[in-house]
Amino acid sequence: MPTLLSKKYALIAIILVAILIPLLSTNEYYLHILTLSFIWIIAVYGLNLLAGFTGYLSLAHAGFFGIGAYALGLLTVKGGMSFWPAFFLAPVITTVIGFFIGLVALRTKEHFFAIYTLCVGYIIYLVIDKWEGLTGGVRGLIGIPGPTNIGPIELTSANARYYFVLTVLLLVVFLIYRIVNSLVGRSFIAIRNDEQLAQSIGISTLKNKLMSFVLSTFFAGLAGALYASFIRFIGPDISNINITFDLLIFMIVGGIGTLSGPVIGTLLIVVLSQQLQFLQDHRMLIFGPLLTSIIIFSPRGLAGMYLTWYYKRKAKKKAQIQTDNASIGGDS
Amino acid sequence: MELLIQQLFNGLTIGSVYSLVALGLTLVYGILHIPNFAHGALYMVGAYVTLTMMVQGGFHYLLAIVISILVVGLISVLMERVVFHPLRDSTPIQHKVAAIGVLLFLEALAHYIWGADYQQMPTPYGQVVKVFDLTFTMQRILIVVTAIVVMILLYLFLKKTYTGATIIAMSQNREGAYLVGINANKVAMLTFFIAGALAAIGASLTSPINLVFPSMGHLVILKAFVIIIIGGMGSVPGAILGGYILGFSESLGATYLFSDYKDLIAFVLLVIILTVKPQGIFAKGGV
Repeated sequence: MPTLLSKKYALIAIILVAILIPLLSTNEYYLHILTLSFIWIIAVYGLNLLAGFTGYLSLAHAGFFGIGAYALGLLTVKGGMSFWPAFFLAPVITTVIGFFIGLVALRTKEHFFAIYTLCVGYIIYLVIDKWEGLTGGVRGLIGIPGPTNIGPIELTSANARYYFVLTVLLLVVFLIYRIVNSLVGRSFIAIRNDEQLAQSIGISTLKNKLMSFVLSTFFAGLAGALYASFIRFIGPDISNINITFDLLIFMIVGGIGTLSGPVIGTLLIVVLSQQLQFLQDHRMLIFGPLLTSIIIFSPRGLAGMYLTWYYKRKAKKKAQIQTDNASIGGDS
Repeated sequence: MELLIQQLFNGLTIGSVYSLVALGLTLVYGILHIPNFAHGALYMVGAYVTLTMMVQGGFHYLLAIVISILVVGLISVLMERVVFHPLRDSTPIQHKVAAIGVLLFLEALAHYIWGADYQQMPTPYGQVVKVFDLTFTMQRILIVVTAIVVMILLYLFLKKTYTGATIIAMSQNREGAYLVGINANKVAMLTFFIAGALAAIGASLTSPINLVFPSMGHLVILKAFVIIIIGGMGSVPGAILGGYILGFSESLGATYLFSDYKDLIAFVLLVIILTVKPQGIFAKGGV
């Protein structure tokens, strides 16, 4: 019980820090970077649900991120819709497209699935890039509205947008937590560990994999919509494979298949990128080898490293108590 | 009619390069069951090394290619030793992620050393050859001939030599190969060397008619994946056949259907194939 309590306190402390940051610092640039990181974290949670908990590595995630962003952009700029309906519709559109792609993609397994989704991601990118009539091609979409005020709550200042994204992020974390700890989440993990075994104990693997895929595209689409409304300008590059690789790095460094991994990985890499700005486009000289060495030496990332250490210590303590008890028993 | 023949020849040229790249990918997949996402980066490095040797080193084109083969082959072997060997008992996701890490590193390295600019590779074989009413450049003829010679040599090596047979043996049955005393490390290193060499040859041949830039490997590696899925993962004849199928469909598709979306053809082909047959067309059962 005490561990659960301390976990709770740690979580509350982190949330408090996140809430206090805009009040303590007036640096708009950092606030901007932090808000952007929160958006990435949401997308990484989507990817993590599918790759980390269900065992299917999708390389089309930037594509779904792009679909979410473009759905919001097109609905508002070209469709003349106001912000809020478009904001709710964008993830739904992404999810519907994700459902149909998932239906086909999930017929494949392992390497085929990764290659298939890689190609799907590339097709989405090419369509966004080449379909100038709809998406504006390389020129992109300009003038996407930010979130409008909800009644008395104003959402136009930098601080307000930070809190808005933070709220969405906390909701996403809560949702993921509930999903992972539900029967559905356990089915995902069972599929990851051994798909045939999962099937043999009566889990409908196709239904569960599809659910995981659809949920994962929903979070990617949501992150995309948030991104479009936050940056207010989008180009085809946001659906490029490089974004998928970025998300992958965030997930692997933080810890694939862990709940805290996406937050740790994204914040760490974003902060590191800020420190390594002198490297400009060469930052992958550092992050590429980092990705490879983490997957070799600590496959479950930093969060996994901590968990392993924690459980080892706990096991040791337990063993210690047992031997103590045994020696006491021997004396008497 | 002339247009058709011209396009068929173009398809043959593109297909030859695709086949060379896909062959390396399929060999590696055959023995280690790794989809080597970094293969496209080897292809890109191959082009840059040849270019640098020619422009800065002043070597002849063909000699530059030989140097490139050695350099890329060694990088490839190093990659096997440092990255894939330690991961030999791990999950498929780890292989893929590790390969992506190498890909990102090599691309950033090329970006750092050679810059982001598009570069043109000179060739001593720029002459135009006229056969009846058709015009071919020597370079394109060189691509087709070299590719075919390399493929025949590779085939003879795999089928007729003892060393080549160990590669085949290991791709057919890994445990069986261990049992008869095949040194798995040696075979893995050799295969990676061959794969790197093939990528370097493909890139060096095609660069004079295309351009050299850090992300030039992206499309090629994706297409190579499409090819080995068409041809069956791990199958050598499949990779050659698949390469030419894709080469012809692209050159004909671009001329007669839609030129803007030429690059989409491969992916649409793949999506259709995997939709209908999730295991690939010529997949061997149980692998």
